[in-house]
Amino acid sequence: MNNSYLVAVDNSDGSKRALQHAVERAKASSAKLILTHVIDWSPYSFHTPDELAERTKRREEEIIRARDIVLVPLAEEVRQAGLEVEIEIQHGRGAETLAQLAEQHNVAQIIAGRSGETNLKTLMFGSTSSKLVQISSVPVLIVP
Amino acid sequence: MKTIASMLAMLGAWLSSSSAHAAGIDETINELTAPIASFIGQVVFFKIPLFGAQLPLVVLWLVVGAVFFTLYMGFVNLRGFKHAIELVRGDYANPKDSGEVSHFQALATAVSGTVGIGNIGGVAVAVTVGGAGATFWMILAGFLGMSTKFVECALGVKYRQENPDGSVSGGPMYYMRNGLAAQGREGLGKFMGTFYAVGIFIGALGIGNMFQSNQAYVQLNTVAGGALDGLGWLVGLALAGLVFLVIVGGIKSIASVTEKIVPFMAVLYCTFAIIVILLNASYIPEAISNIFVGAFSAEGVTGGALGALIIGFQRAVFSNEAGIGSASIAHSAVKTNEPVTEGYVSLLEPFIDTIVICTITALVIGTSQVADPNFAGGATGVAMTSAAFERQFSWFPLPLAIAALLFAFSTMISWSYYGLKGWTYLFGEGSQTLYKVIFCAFVALGCMVQLGPILDISDALVFLICVPNILALYFLAPVVKREMNDYLARIKSGEIRKHNQSGSDSMAEET
Repeated sequence: MNNSYLVAVDNSDGSKRALQHAVERAKASSAKLILTHVIDWSPYSFHTPDELAERTKRREEEIIRARDIVLVPLAEEVRQAGLEVEIEIQHGRGAETLAQLAEQHNVAQIIAGRSGETNLKTLMFGSTSSKLVQISSVPVLIVP
Repeated sequence: MKTIASMLAMLGAWLSSSSAHAAGIDETINELTAPIASFIGQVVFFKIPLFGAQLPLVVLWLVVGAVFFTLYMGFVNLRGFKHAIELVRGDYANPKDSGEVSHFQALATAVSGTVGIGNIGGVAVAVTVGGAGATFWMILAGFLGMSTKFVECALGVKYRQENPDGSVSGGPMYYMRNGLAAQGREGLGKFMGTFYAVGIFIGALGIGNMFQSNQAYVQLNTVAGGALDGLGWLVGLALAGLVFLVIVGGIKSIASVTEKIVPFMAVLYCTFAIIVILLNASYIPEAISNIFVGAFSAEGVTGGALGALIIGFQRAVFSNEAGIGSASIAHSAVKTNEPVTEGYVSLLEPFIDTIVICTITALVIGTSQVADPNFAGGATGVAMTSAAFERQFSWFPLPLAIAALLFAFSTMISWSYYGLKGWTYLFGEGSQTLYKVIFCAFVALGCMVQLGPILDISDALVFLICVPNILALYFLAPVVKREMNDYLARIKSGEIRKHNQSGSDSMAEET
């Protein structure tokens, strides 16, 4: 197992707190951080032929946007804190994709923020963080 | 925006000047189109007399093609079925490609282009004209058509063109031009590509446009109790306006909402159809026996059993579009390095469209007919199907009208894209707006003429483009067969593996 942590990040305050926490822990154990952003996407959604034809282009745009707006600035902060950092962007469902990437990178644990969702959907289907706890094969740390 | 505003103004001016004699509009347009329809119909459906029946040569052309591809590809329609399901389920999807067009999405989009009013109304027409036996031949044609689809969709992906802006364009015109050029038949490929592009553009105005808007109007009028009689032009303009907003105005939200609702409507339609069939349970044996008996000895059908066969085959092709090549345009957007995989996925299209949905509709009508031969009171098309549902659920015509309207709308959106691809193949990307305006005009026109001439025109045009398409498929079938065998060998050797949920490769399945 690698001495690295997978940190789920987006633009929320919760994920910033999670990253702060991850940086502190990584300093203590000189671990590497893998900053990960999942772009919500399902292979089972329905689209018009127009949308399908332009999909490859849109996907590139989504990835570039996530990288430039979310990941690169955060990675820079981590680097300035003196830590090794990697970034990862993938389309998919939040919890499933994080769990899958964690396995792929063979990380020691996943660190994620507790998203502030309290709507009906969360009540019925559970939040991303609770789902992650249920399905992950590596330890998960949820930062409130 | 300026052009849109001025066009709307023109539309308004035309509307006010014509409303004075609105009652006469429908008949006038009918009188004008009927002779054109019968002329086109006669040319395309050149018939050869055969044992008392009239066999249109194009139908023979399609059937021979479908039988050939079924045999040549080694019954891929049967043997590839399981693999098609695995592909759609995402078993072989590489997580690295997530966010790209999945097999499921390509299939869903193509299916919502083919599941149209033909599945509800066209089947009723077939059963009226060809008797219950037409259903049998329709199912058989759907089964054989799966192989044709396999070939054309695999080719669509293989020879698609990636545009400089990152979007993709594919379909028969591209495999004709690029595929035949690779075989040293450059001139022929170019000619066929152009011919096809012209045909799909004109065909888009018929099968994917006028027929849909016409039947949507008929159904609305039935629900409204005839209140819309003579107001076809008004419904037509309203529908045309909506299509205009989507394809010219770029209001994608209408289209994406439709795309999301249509699959649920289809499931809902099938569910209720099955309930109706179950409520008619005591008539099922006779309805089924009518289908089989009628298939081989149709009494009271012009041309007997052969007449039923011709009608059945014609309806199946009209519904699932196998051999026409249109679906190949929609399937070309998928992200895969193996063109053959999209061929497998497209097998499911005639299966869902014809073997499942059309058969269910035929059974709804068939069981109702056994129960009460005059249940529809002489109505045909969507109105007949609606009457069959109404026997069990008196409130059903309204939701059915809504479903029909949505099916019609999504089919029109899909076909506007197919026609557009033909148009841009011919005239380049610059002149799209002109095409889109023409398309909207035909939506309105579709509500103004009677079903007969419209069916004739759209059938004829669609059958016309399958001539070059099937020809190209004959030329290129060896390419597909080579790729298919190579692909199957790599699955067997374990080179191509399933990806499981966690992202690590699982063991290749024994095949």
